[in-house]
Amino acid sequence: MRRRDFMKTMGVAVGASAIPFLKHLPAHAAGRGDTLVVVTGNGPNSMDIQRKGTNRPAYQIAVNLYDRLVGYSTKKLPNGTMMYDYTKLEPEAAESWTIAADGKSITFKMRKGATFWDGTPITAHDVKWSFDRAVSLGGFPTVQMKAGSLEKTEQFEAVDDETFVIKLLRPSKLTLPDLGVPVPIIINSKEAKKHATDKDPWATEYLHRTPAGSGAFMLERWEPGQQTVYKRYDDWKNGPLPGIKRVIMREIPSASTRRALLEKGDADVSLDLPPKDFAELQNSGKFTITGVPIENSLAAIGLNLNFEPFKNKLVRQAIAYSVPYDQIFKQAAFERGIPMWGGKSFTPTSIEWPQPFPYDTDYGKAKSLLKEAGFADGFEVPLAFNLGLAQWSEPMSLLLQESLAKVGIKATIDKIPGANWRTAALVEKKLPMHIKNFGGWLNYPDYYSFWVYQKGRLFNSMNYHNPEVEALTEASLHLEVDHPDYEPNIKKLLAIFFDEVPLIPVYQPYLDVAMQTNVTGYEYYAHRQLDCRSFQKVQA
Amino acid sequence: MNGSGKLRMIIGRLGQSIPSVIGIIIVTFVLTRALPGDPAVYFAGPAATAESIQEIRESLGLDKSWPEQFWLYVRDLATGDLGVSVSTGFPVAEELLRRLPASLELTLLALIFSISVALPLGIAAATRPNSWVDQLCRLIVTAGVSLPVFFTGLFMIYIFYYLLGIAPSPLGRLDIIYLSPPQVTGFYTIDALLDGDLELFGAALAQLIMPAVTLGTFTLAPLARMTRGAMLQVLSSDFIRTARASGLRRSTVLYTYAFRNALLPILTTLGMVFSFMLGSNVLVEKVFAWPGIGSFAIEALIVSDYVAVQGFVLAMALLYVALNLTIDILYTLVDPRVGLDD
Repeated sequence: MRRRDFMKTMGVAVGASAIPFLKHLPAHAAGRGDTLVVVTGNGPNSMDIQRKGTNRPAYQIAVNLYDRLVGYSTKKLPNGTMMYDYTKLEPEAAESWTIAADGKSITFKMRKGATFWDGTPITAHDVKWSFDRAVSLGGFPTVQMKAGSLEKTEQFEAVDDETFVIKLLRPSKLTLPDLGVPVPIIINSKEAKKHATDKDPWATEYLHRTPAGSGAFMLERWEPGQQTVYKRYDDWKNGPLPGIKRVIMREIPSASTRRALLEKGDADVSLDLPPKDFAELQNSGKFTITGVPIENSLAAIGLNLNFEPFKNKLVRQAIAYSVPYDQIFKQAAFERGIPMWGGKSFTPTSIEWPQPFPYDTDYGKAKSLLKEAGFADGFEVPLAFNLGLAQWSEPMSLLLQESLAKVGIKATIDKIPGANWRTAALVEKKLPMHIKNFGGWLNYPDYYSFWVYQKGRLFNSMNYHNPEVEALTEASLHLEVDHPDYEPNIKKLLAIFFDEVPLIPVYQPYLDVAMQTNVTGYEYYAHRQLDCRSFQKVQA
Repeated sequence: MNGSGKLRMIIGRLGQSIPSVIGIIIVTFVLTRALPGDPAVYFAGPAATAESIQEIRESLGLDKSWPEQFWLYVRDLATGDLGVSVSTGFPVAEELLRRLPASLELTLLALIFSISVALPLGIAAATRPNSWVDQLCRLIVTAGVSLPVFFTGLFMIYIFYYLLGIAPSPLGRLDIIYLSPPQVTGFYTIDALLDGDLELFGAALAQLIMPAVTLGTFTLAPLARMTRGAMLQVLSSDFIRTARASGLRRSTVLYTYAFRNALLPILTTLGMVFSFMLGSNVLVEKVFAWPGIGSFAIEALIVSDYVAVQGFVLAMALLYVALNLTIDILYTLVDPRVGLDD
C-alpha cells in the first residue's frame, strides 16, 4: 500500500525522539514503533471518572491520565500473561506509607520531584482535595470509596505538602487495595479550583472535558464517539516511563470491522471482539490473543427466591444439575473462560475465589430432586437476559432452555435491553430466572458476597436472604486474610453458596485482547480497560 | 409567481408546522418517560446503593413531578437550551452540531450517488420496456431492497478493503494519520477545501465512498422504480404523442417534456427517501464507524437518556419541516400549476 510507504518515510523524516504535532499525524500501524493504534467498540464519554454517568471505557482515563497514591503490583499467570496483584501494592504518587501502631491511621509520603503535567508538584493538598471530591460528589465514586471505609472528608488530612494522612474509621483489609482502583485519582487541585464555581465547587464541568492530572500519558486529542489520542508525559516520575509515545484509540462499533482492521494490520490492538472471533484469531496463529480471567466475575444463572418454585432449595439444586455446562462453555463462551462447575465436594477445601461449584449436568438427579420437591411435572418460568450481553448470553439462554425442557421445565426467553435491565433485574429484582455477570473490583469472596448475596444489595437480583450469610459477611469483610477467623468464616460461607445455590456459576469469563505479534507488555488491570503504560512495540 | 407570493407561502408553511412541532415536543416528553428503564439506576454506575441512586435521581431532576419537569424543559427550550445529555455529558445542542454534519454529509453523498444511478436507469428502462436495460433495472431494484444495509456494508469492506485493499480502512470519517479540518460547516470535505488542503479533501472523500454507496444502494430502489413508473405514464400520454407527431427531436421530447412532467412524483420520493436515510442509517454508521446522529439516538434510547432523545427528535422534526418546505418550493419551480395558496 502506498500510504504505508509514505508513513515509513515520514517516520524516518520526523525522527524518533520528538513527535511534533503535524497536520497529518505521522502514525501508522506498520509505520512507527512508538505509536500504538487501538480499536475498540466504545470509547470514554468523559475525562472524569467521578462524574455521574461516566461509562466503563472511561475508567482507562483514570489509569492512563491520572495517578493514584498506590498501584497494584503484577503477577505472572500460568499462561505467561501479566496481571495485576491487588494483594501487593506498589508506590505510585506516594513514595511510601506506614500504618500507625494503633492501626487507626495510614501516613503517606508523597514522591519527591513528581509533578503534574503543568510542572507543579503533586502535593498532599492535591490528594486531600481529590479524596474530598470523591466522597462528596455522590453516586458511584462515593460508593466505591465507601467500600474501602473511606467515607468522610474529616478522614483525610494534608499535614504538609509531602505528608498525607488517612484516619481509619475501622481497620479493614479493603482500605489500601481500594486506593488502587481507578476512582481515587489525584487531580491537580490548583488547576481545578481555577475552574470551580459556587454552583460547581468540584469543577465537574471543567474536568469532564479537560483532564488535569499527572499520569504517564497526556490527552492529545479527544473526539467523543470517534477517537482518543494519548501522548506520553515524558517527565513522568511515578513509574517506569512507558515504551509507547502515542496511543491512538479509535471507536469502531462493528466487531466485524474491528477484526478486519486487525487482520489487515491497520490496528495493533483490537478489543471487545465476540468470543468466537477471539477463538478463531487464536487458531489462525497470526496474532497474540491474551485471555485473562476477569477477577471476581462470574457468568452465572440467578434464581429469584420471589418465584414460588425457587423458594425450595431442592428445586434450585435441580436447576443446577440440569445446566448444560459443557455445551454452554464450548458453544456460547468458545472456551474463553475458566469452568466453574464440577467441583469435588460440597465442603470447600480452600478459600480460593472463585472456585468451581460441586454441580455437573445430571438430568436423572435433577428429575429426582424435582420429584422430591413436588414438581415432578415441572413448571413454567421466564428466562431473562441482558440484550447488551447477547453475544454470549443469548446462546447460553437457548442451550439452557433446551436442557430445562428435558427435566420438564418450560422456560420462555425474555430479552431485556440496557437501562431496563438494571431496573428490572437489579432494582425491582423481579426476574425469576436470569443470566448475570457481576464482577467486583476487589477479589475477595466476602466482598462478592457483600454485593451479591447480602439482602437488599443492588446485585442481589436473586432476592436471597440468609441470616447466616449476613453475619459471616459482616464478620469477614474487614478482616485481614491472615486473621485466624477469616478462613473458617469463608469456608462456611462458600459451603452455604454451594448448598443453597441461589446463583449457579457457569464460568469465569476471560477478558480477551487481540494484538499484533510485535506488541508486547499487555497487562490486565482491574478496570478491564487498557492500561497503556506497560506496552512495548517491536519495530516491524 | 412572484417573490412576495413565495415568501407568503414559506411563512404560511412554517406557521402550519408550529402545531406539529409542539405536538412532537409533548409526545416525546411523555414517551421517553413512559419507557420502562430508569435512568437514575443506570447512571448510578457499577457499584450503587439505594441512596446513591436517589442522589442521582435528584441531580437529574427526575424526582420532580412530570408537569414540573415539563415546565422546566419547555422553559429551557424557549431560551434555546436543549439540556445536557447524561450519557455523553455534553450539551445536546453541541452533540447534535457535531454529529448532524457527519450524517448529512454521508446522506447527501449517498443521495447524489443514488440519483445519478437511479434516474438514468429509470429513464432508460421506461423508454425501452422489457429490454435488457429494463431487466437490469428490475434486478438492481430487487437487490437494493432485499439486501440489508449492514450486509452490503460488510460485503463491501470484505471485497474492497480486506481482499483487494483498494478502499481505505473503514475507520470513520478520516484515516488515523489525518486530523480533522478546522470546523466551518462540519462537512469534512467542504472544510478541507475551505482550508485549501486537497490531500485532506481526498482522504475525507475516500472515507465517504464505501458508506455512501452502501447507503445509496438501498435508496436507489425506490427512486429507480418511481422514475420508471412516472416516465412510463408520462410517455404514454397525449401531449407526448403530439410532440412526437410534430417531429420534435427525441431528446427534446424525452427531457424537456416528459422528464419534467415526471419529476413531481420523483421529487416526492426523494424527500421521503432523504428523511428516511438521515435518521435510519444506524447500521451503516455502525459498520463504518461513522459518528452520525443515528447511533447517538439509539445509544441515548438504550440508556434512557431522556434529554438526548428529546433533543434528537426535536432536531429531526425541525429538519423535516425544513425539508418539506424545500420540496414544496421545488414543486413550484418544476410545475407552475402547483398553486401557492393550497
